[in-house]
Amino acid sequence: MSWINEDGPCGGMVISSRIRIARNIAQLPFTSMASKDVCQRVADMVKSSILDSNSIISRDFDYIALKNLTDIEKYVLVEKHLVSPDLLERSDVAAVLINKNEQISVMINEEDHIRMQSIFPGCQLEKAWELLSKVDDIIEESVEYSYDEQLGYLTSCPTNVGTGMRASMMMHLPGLVATNYINTVIQTISKVGLTARGLYGEGSEATGDIYQISNQITLGPSEEEIISNLNIAVRQIMENEKRAREALLQSNRIQFEDRIWRALGILTHARKLGLKEFMSLLSQLRLGVDMGIIKNIDSIKINELMVKCQPAHLQAYIGRQDEDLDSIRAERVRNELSKIV
Amino acid sequence: MLCQECKKRPATVHLTRIINNNKTEFYLCEECARQKGQFNISVPFSINDLLAGFMGMDSPSVSVKKEGVRQCKNCGMKFEQFRKIGRLGCRECYKQFSDELVPILRRIHGNTVHNGKVPKRAGVELRITRQIQQLKSKLQKAVEVENFEEAARLRDRIRELEKQAGQ
Repeated sequence: MSWINEDGPCGGMVISSRIRIARNIAQLPFTSMASKDVCQRVADMVKSSILDSNSIISRDFDYIALKNLTDIEKYVLVEKHLVSPDLLERSDVAAVLINKNEQISVMINEEDHIRMQSIFPGCQLEKAWELLSKVDDIIEESVEYSYDEQLGYLTSCPTNVGTGMRASMMMHLPGLVATNYINTVIQTISKVGLTARGLYGEGSEATGDIYQISNQITLGPSEEEIISNLNIAVRQIMENEKRAREALLQSNRIQFEDRIWRALGILTHARKLGLKEFMSLLSQLRLGVDMGIIKNIDSIKINELMVKCQPAHLQAYIGRQDEDLDSIRAERVRNELSKIV
Repeated sequence: MLCQECKKRPATVHLTRIINNNKTEFYLCEECARQKGQFNISVPFSINDLLAGFMGMDSPSVSVKKEGVRQCKNCGMKFEQFRKIGRLGCRECYKQFSDELVPILRRIHGNTVHNGKVPKRAGVELRITRQIQQLKSKLQKAVEVENFEEAARLRDRIRELEKQAGQ
């Protein structure tokens, strides 16, 4: 689980960097107009383009047809950000290729025939793009893409046409949230063609002060320009977040530290933890770790804990569905933290 | 009306709060409303809504007239359907609906020309097509000046390239 249990540059505020590109196969209708047979052909073509290729990268991939997974297994993939919630809605025809260290996933029969992504820990968009572009080239060796000289890569939704690229960084912004400055930031970045979404992308709520900052514009700028624009914006958001944290700390140090230690207290002793409460306590803990207030926990542990305590991961852990997850979550958090604190 | 809180900026937000059947009303400016932290001003909305909005901005009478006949000949996607779901049916849709799409693309991206990655395969074809176009105009010039030797050479080169492009 690479973005989850590895540390990356600017690891505190930027949890992960992700690049996603959309591709469609020439001559075939897009997924929305494709029959089941066509979808099956798409899956077979993409599968063999990777698994039968001679390249070193492609050896590490596993092919998973979603219809062969249980609901819990599917949602575990969503919680690890390896597949999109949208892909699950097409479970009868959808599939995914995932590499062993879970850095790359290639979704098949999503809104577009192919949606591939790579995720790296911290700020590493360039690296993520470098790797993903190689995977793109491997697929293209045996599959012809829908490409137009003027419009670039053709996608099902006109909002993705051109590069088909969505670059995003998952950021932890408790300072901007606490100072009520976050909405100004969101409004400002929207003016330069960027957008902020919640933890699980479009339409999802921002829980635990976590936001995904991504590009909105895909046609016009090159992939490198999209990445560098996002990097510039994220660096400025980090600067603002740092200032907000310092201001909060200076205005009332005791209160600032009290909130963090209290979060740790509840996390290590509670018997029931709802998801929302857990996420906001974890946000305080992450802040404490980042500011050097809490010393024997690192940000990797926080990421692991965050993913392990999402609903599907908990259900996979106990091997059952429909349980009282709040008490199981509390127990899991106590166990994990008691080893270190 | 001025904001009740700062009494400086115009009130643009009307906030009604009901707690235990007690109704209180506020008329605030955006900034004070945000500072009160009562609600989130920036209402989240999806790209779909946005797209539908963009298309709604097209003059309705024209689009309505077109809808009856507008359908992609390749995949059967109707323009009306695209307006509803915001998704096109195939690569041909981009050509068939291009009159409507180009202004939409300009509104979304501020741009209508791709400047990024070129697939290797299409890249080769593109290069060949462009080369053929260049050679054809050279050929025409050669014929005009009655340089038939050069023209024959160019014609052979074009044939060669056309064969390559066909493969």
